[in-house]
Amino acid sequence: MAPPPPPSGTVLFLYLLLLFLLSTAAAASAAAPEEEFTEELLLRPLPDRKALAHFYFRSSAPPAATVGRHHHLFPKAISQLVKKYHISELELSFTQGRWNYEQWGGFDPMSTSNAKPPGVELWAVFDLPSSEIDATWKNLTHTLSGLFCASINFLESSTAFSAPRWGFKLNEGNLRYGALPREAVCTENLTPWLKLLPCRDKAGIASLLYRPSIYKGYYHSQKLKLRSSQSLGIILDQTLTVVLQPNTINDKQLHSNLGQLQPSWSMRHLFNRKLSGKCLVSKYSRIFIEFDKGIVDKVNKSGSDLSWNNEFFVLSNGPDRLIKGLNNLEVQSSFIYEYDVSNYSEEKPFDVGITWKLPLIWSCTPSPFHASRFLMGSGNERGSIALSFTSTNLQKIFGSPNDCSIKAVIFQMVPWYVKVYYHSLEIFIDGNRKTVSDVVDKIHVTPSEDKLLPGTLEMLLRFPCSMQSATLTLDFDKGFLHIDEYPPDANQGFDIPSALVSFPEFNSARNYPEIDPLLGSPLLENFQEDTVVKSYTEVLLVPLTTPDFSMPYNVITFTCTVLALYFGSLLNALRRRIGEEERELTKTATRHGLIRLLLAKLRGQKVNPTESGSLSESTGSKKLLFKVVLVAVAAVLFHYFSNNS
Amino acid sequence: MATRFYWPMVAAAVGFRLVLVLFGGDLHLASRPEVSTPLTSLRRLAEGYWLKQASMSPYSGSMYHGSPLLLTVLGPLTRTRSGGKHAHVYCSLIFVAVDFLAAMLIRATGRRLQMSRNISLKSLDLTKAVNNSANVCAGGIASLIYLWNPWAIVTCVGSCTSPIENLMVVIMIYGACSRLAPLAAFGYVLATHLSLYPAILIVPVILLLGYGPDAPPSKVFLLKSSSASKSDMSEYDKRTSLEVQHFSWMTVVHFIFWLFIWSCYVLLLSSIILKKVGGLNEMFGKTYGFILTVKDLSPNIGVLWYFFAEVFDFFRSFFLIVFNMNIIFMVLPLAIRLKHRPCFLAFVYTAIIAMLKSYPSAGDSALYLGLLGLFANELAEMQFTFFLFFGYIGVSLLSPVMHNLWIWRGTGNANFYFATGLAYTCLQTVLVVESVGSMIKHDRKLRLLVTS
Repeated sequence: MAPPPPPSGTVLFLYLLLLFLLSTAAAASAAAPEEEFTEELLLRPLPDRKALAHFYFRSSAPPAATVGRHHHLFPKAISQLVKKYHISELELSFTQGRWNYEQWGGFDPMSTSNAKPPGVELWAVFDLPSSEIDATWKNLTHTLSGLFCASINFLESSTAFSAPRWGFKLNEGNLRYGALPREAVCTENLTPWLKLLPCRDKAGIASLLYRPSIYKGYYHSQKLKLRSSQSLGIILDQTLTVVLQPNTINDKQLHSNLGQLQPSWSMRHLFNRKLSGKCLVSKYSRIFIEFDKGIVDKVNKSGSDLSWNNEFFVLSNGPDRLIKGLNNLEVQSSFIYEYDVSNYSEEKPFDVGITWKLPLIWSCTPSPFHASRFLMGSGNERGSIALSFTSTNLQKIFGSPNDCSIKAVIFQMVPWYVKVYYHSLEIFIDGNRKTVSDVVDKIHVTPSEDKLLPGTLEMLLRFPCSMQSATLTLDFDKGFLHIDEYPPDANQGFDIPSALVSFPEFNSARNYPEIDPLLGSPLLENFQEDTVVKSYTEVLLVPLTTPDFSMPYNVITFTCTVLALYFGSLLNALRRRIGEEERELTKTATRHGLIRLLLAKLRGQKVNPTESGSLSESTGSKKLLFKVVLVAVAAVLFHYFSNNS
Repeated sequence: MATRFYWPMVAAAVGFRLVLVLFGGDLHLASRPEVSTPLTSLRRLAEGYWLKQASMSPYSGSMYHGSPLLLTVLGPLTRTRSGGKHAHVYCSLIFVAVDFLAAMLIRATGRRLQMSRNISLKSLDLTKAVNNSANVCAGGIASLIYLWNPWAIVTCVGSCTSPIENLMVVIMIYGACSRLAPLAAFGYVLATHLSLYPAILIVPVILLLGYGPDAPPSKVFLLKSSSASKSDMSEYDKRTSLEVQHFSWMTVVHFIFWLFIWSCYVLLLSSIILKKVGGLNEMFGKTYGFILTVKDLSPNIGVLWYFFAEVFDFFRSFFLIVFNMNIIFMVLPLAIRLKHRPCFLAFVYTAIIAMLKSYPSAGDSALYLGLLGLFANELAEMQFTFFLFFGYIGVSLLSPVMHNLWIWRGTGNANFYFATGLAYTCLQTVLVVESVGSMIKHDRKLRLLVTS
């Protein structure tokens, strides 16, 4: 159909323009997702009278092709980093304190993905050919070090990172892992981390991060996780997990005769701040209060329902929603009360708290084995690393048969100066020694190279379910370092990074059947992800012998003197014959030679020799005088010229 | 005296070792810095064997630095653990046998030396004059010294591979003394393969094969023959005296031929063993390279570990060159001066190696102290023997104490231990210098006796 006859060309143009604008607008709204930011906070009472706060911020950027290089919400520094180093996954965590697996749980998504080893841990998966990965890793460490004001650049050296194949995370050799156990974490690392949020800590949930109160805690772990792919774009998850000791609101600690009440707390008491509305650019802004399986079971047992005001506790505000969580065995394992922050504002600040009515004692679900690591032996020459597993009798909870077995994967990285003898691996199960092949299914060792590579141990073990305790020991020799290689406080010792123990048969994922899939809570999505149960062991402190740092000159001079002594005296012993021959020569000469005659004359008649003697003396003194004058002139000249110049 | 109780004493020494090996329990000698070095430690060998079994290069991971041949011979024995006894009991039994064999070879070498000494003294007509002062069965004494030397015992019991290295050196000297070119070449190639430094012993070996065992300097024979021609000695004596001069090229060529064959054989075996894991290049880098560049700074009884732990990094290569050259520097002067006594020359070289090598151990000292016994007659008038004897005892008592104070108790520091190392090096210097000096003095005495 032909367009109507030309009223004018401009109308046509406007018509086309309108069409174009409409189509682009439609395309943008339908095809291209926008950059999004969500902020969430999860609060949870812990059995040992503490409270856990888990901040979760997600920024996501759509695939680069649709938006080009411009970002509205997504931090530009991160997107540049991802593009430059071709990162497909990255996780950086700064942790202070140690996650208490026994008290705070080891089987929930919180502990498996947010409990981190002390210090800095960094791993990254690169989308690059394997030859370029190491160089890219080095650049990446420097960039992150600048970005987060931390000494991540120490991970640059090849002695500090390793490439685990399956012990840490299954990969095709494009993963690099490094840890700095001694890195101190403080507010200078938090500030650049907050800078990546669109509202920083000025508004929204991040404004709760009042430094004195969050650094007062028992555990503090700030994490940054990046995922990037062609289809997803870049997803940046920033989490901060703190375990705090709440200041009790009421002094009434003891309840009649049932024991001690849990401390009641509210957000204002935990953080010394109130929440005045959400960050305006955020898509969702939610606060969750989660109750563990332990509490859920107790409450269910007592017969009361899990409303926000029940027999055991009362929440200060009525929640917007109630979410039930199931664990992977479809057993109800948690209860979450949800609050939407967008309903609150400056005039009506948000505060939620919990007040306990009855004393409640519960425990969190532990991981199948409690893993801990320690050092054995004394002295600075050798020692052993021991990894011990104590059963938490979890299989009884799951009702597994007794003749089953539980798999455990150990990933451990040791610095080169801890020279591990891998052949000395010994395994004791319930105190009895087992042959290694009975327990170890698969082992992969990358031995350490002096000053070049750290040692990496990846091991797949199979423990019988009925086992109560197991111990693995590995002997090592302590290395001796060059004086320049010792850190400033050498006598403090050296840290061995935490080992990671994971249980691949156990999955900590939660399931929220009632939840609307369009709710779009990244935090709960994260809890639904399949993650194997894992726990980090303690950092070990290995004292190494130190040489005397003040001795280099003395050592050099002493050693050289001894060697010179050897060389000189041996040469002297060898050439002794020549001297003796000369003496013999003179002896034979004295019988009828000139010298003897002269000597005799020297002794007997002193007329001739004294003359010659005085002659030689006078020439000798002249020479001496000449030398002295020469040296003096040279000295004067040198002085003159050195003063002039 | 020594000859009369010889066999009981040998049996007692071997028995003592067996008792220590079988019933001594774990004496923790294997990790003593005096006993095992990174090169000779059997624990490291076991680690290398484990890595090889896990189809990795035995040299990956800076643990093992020894020969692949030892790995195949001793490796399987380190795997079998017997309950109650210490880990490497089978290896230790081998080392006892190796020590016994080495002692027997030292004895045989001593006999050869004694024989040639008697012949040359007889040809010089000095048998009475010299033998009046001292005439003992040097071979027997030397082998007993080797067997009863506490350091040799500790080395043998303490699970390290130095007894095998020592045996190879002894085989080489024995083969050269008895002019068995294939045997000498075998010992030489293996000793060099195991610990590199015996390479400089090629000089005494060729001299031994060329000229025969130790004899007084040729000048003495010339003097004797000139004096004999004056006094109309028999033709026979003249002939023998001239025969000493003769350098038998055939034996040396034979030796070089066998040297070539054995080294090809050793390299071939090594490359077969390392075929799929690493290769010969890695082997050379990790054994010889490790020896020459002093990469491991763990303390030992030498002085180089502390030196290289303290020296400034930019001087490191310079001092590496200097210290390695130091061993080679003295080869030529000693060879020129002592060419008529190649066996003694071999002893002096071994002593110098034990003193200056990068990872010295008590086992090296045990070897040269054993060889020292071979020259008991010639060195009877050595000076400072009292001082040396008690110096060695003092150092071997003080050194473990200082090590304990530094490493285990943390009350001493590295300098104390280093000081004992310095003292030990000084003692060895005095021993080498004095033995060379008194050997030269002995030769002079012979000449004076001939001329007078």
